[in-house]
Amino acid sequence: MSQFAINIIFVGISFAVYIGIALWAKAGSTKDFYVAGGGVPPVANGMATAADWMSAASFISMAGLIAAGGYTNSSFLIGWTGGYVVLAMLLAPYLRKYGKFTVPEFIGDRFYSTGARAIAVVCLIMISTTYVIGQMTGAGVAFSRFLEVSSEAGLIIAAVVVFCYAVLGGMKGITYTQVAQYVVLATAYTIPAVFISLQLTGNPIPAFGLFSEHQTSGVPLLQKLNQVITDLGFNDYIAGPESKLNMALFTLSLMIGTAGLPHVIIRFFTVPKVADARWSAGWALVFIAVVYLSAPAVAAMARLNLVDTIYPEGTQSAPMAYAERPDWIKTWEQTGLISYTDKNGDGLVQYYNDTEAYQSEAASRGWQGNELTVNSDILVLANPEIAGLAGWVIGLIAAGGLAAALSTAAGLLLAISSAISHDLVKGILRPGISEQKELLIARISMAAAIAVATLLGMNPPGFAAQVVALAFGIAAASIFPALVLGIFFKRVNDKGAIAGMVAGFLATTIYIALYLGWFFIPGTAVLENTPDQWLLGISPLSFGAIGALINFLVAFGVSYATAAPPESVQTLVESVRKPHGEAAAAIH
Amino acid sequence: MTDSEASRQYWRANLKLIGLCLCFWALIPFGFSMFLRPLLAGVTVGGVDLGFWFAQQGAIISFIVLVFFYAWQMNRLDKKFSSSDKE
Repeated sequence: MSQFAINIIFVGISFAVYIGIALWAKAGSTKDFYVAGGGVPPVANGMATAADWMSAASFISMAGLIAAGGYTNSSFLIGWTGGYVVLAMLLAPYLRKYGKFTVPEFIGDRFYSTGARAIAVVCLIMISTTYVIGQMTGAGVAFSRFLEVSSEAGLIIAAVVVFCYAVLGGMKGITYTQVAQYVVLATAYTIPAVFISLQLTGNPIPAFGLFSEHQTSGVPLLQKLNQVITDLGFNDYIAGPESKLNMALFTLSLMIGTAGLPHVIIRFFTVPKVADARWSAGWALVFIAVVYLSAPAVAAMARLNLVDTIYPEGTQSAPMAYAERPDWIKTWEQTGLISYTDKNGDGLVQYYNDTEAYQSEAASRGWQGNELTVNSDILVLANPEIAGLAGWVIGLIAAGGLAAALSTAAGLLLAISSAISHDLVKGILRPGISEQKELLIARISMAAAIAVATLLGMNPPGFAAQVVALAFGIAAASIFPALVLGIFFKRVNDKGAIAGMVAGFLATTIYIALYLGWFFIPGTAVLENTPDQWLLGISPLSFGAIGALINFLVAFGVSYATAAPPESVQTLVESVRKPHGEAAAAIH
Repeated sequence: MTDSEASRQYWRANLKLIGLCLCFWALIPFGFSMFLRPLLAGVTVGGVDLGFWFAQQGAIISFIVLVFFYAWQMNRLDKKFSSSDKE
């Protein structure tokens, strides 16, 4: 059977399962649509949260980032998991107790202000829209690589599938498809990792393999990797970055940004009890760790495999000839993600880091520049091919990448549509509409959000780094502080919260725009994006934590300078803090 | 014990527990794997220093332990205070 047929079968079966679940879990009420009826068991919710959270970026790009950055890029691993500790202790249980449907709704009620709610809606839509574009493009790439359709056609197929289960089933449909998607993506990630770990270290568990001996050389794997890449002039894999402060702030920004992402928070509204919200965060982390503990192993092993492929006799000997390159390089060359130019005309593939420090070494070997460019995004997708695994593993990777992209896209689309139908229409513009009408509006806004995401995915603005900075920066600097203040500080009032959110939001977006450009328009950056230009050495990607600090300070300052919140709001906060008993929400 | 007094005690106990957990949440990733990494350089795991292990695996494992520890302790706290707080 051809690889194409195998891929079609794997992706086809997984899609049939998702649509089957959609038909089974049809939403009948707004409660079904927004929070899956509030009856999702904590373990199932943990699994759905893991799929919701692990995006195309986690599945496809994260191992590549770690492979490229080594120790320094551990920030992604720590930041994207540490956020759940904050979420479990500072947000999830109390927001679940409040028992409403959306994040802006809590902010609006707690700060007794339609303005605060509207600001939260704006932040939510900005975060979720930038995020969803990446998912749709990721799905498009996976389709075009594995199913041999154009990425536009791939995007439309993805949009139709998401439409089926998200518009019909709302959160209920999304939750149970996410459970299935988690199983697909975790299996797809783990199986190739196990085989590669076995090949290189003899240890079947990738997380242990990473810290084992490299079988052919008898040296610890990480030392072996570090030796071959530094031989070729690449950065040390194990050594730390120049600025520990910047690394720490980047990690912290990812952590609190994760905790402040609306599509993650709303997952915790679906469990039956407050205690379930706490357990559920733990389960989510366990399921995420299955992938995140394998990721650094995949990163190191895939990078070592790549170097070994190009330098079969070792880095001190001549590299392979281009004519003898393996098939996987040929397939990926077609996508443009691997490219080769024979600069010194010897027909061999010189792959090294073309820096000044390495120039004399390169000259002595007769090299005239690095000849092979490998996009680090392909590491996970090409992993089974690099390791020479069977065709069905490649089919599995295709289904896994799509599951990761679609599950996150669906969660984001729900966050967007509920903010529009529940907060904007029902909460602010037309409070009098019936439940049936609200449900209809929720479905229409979901369909509209899918259409917009598909269009944006077809013409993606080229700003991968900005997306991470912007989505996490805004979540960290606006939504996260507002929620923590609302739960833990009774004295913070409407004016304080609004001033804080606006200050945090503006500081973060302006700082990012100064270095990365305004409104994603290339060439509009005012300052050069280099460490010596950054304020106190803080990169725009790390600024979310500073934005959050600004938010907290401004909110406290303004709150204490103005009148305390009314008695009813103080009662609301009291009730949110108690796990049992009547929710103040029921008073409305 | 009045209702509001119990609530206050419950909340104070919760804050204490959160404070304790967040200390470890900060110490392990920011301490062991970043700022205190040179201090742990003497211990090696699989050919690299312990700080590297914490950065790539140890921190994630510690987060799981912390979240479950918190959930377990809060369940005990909920039970202790539920007698004065009828559902």
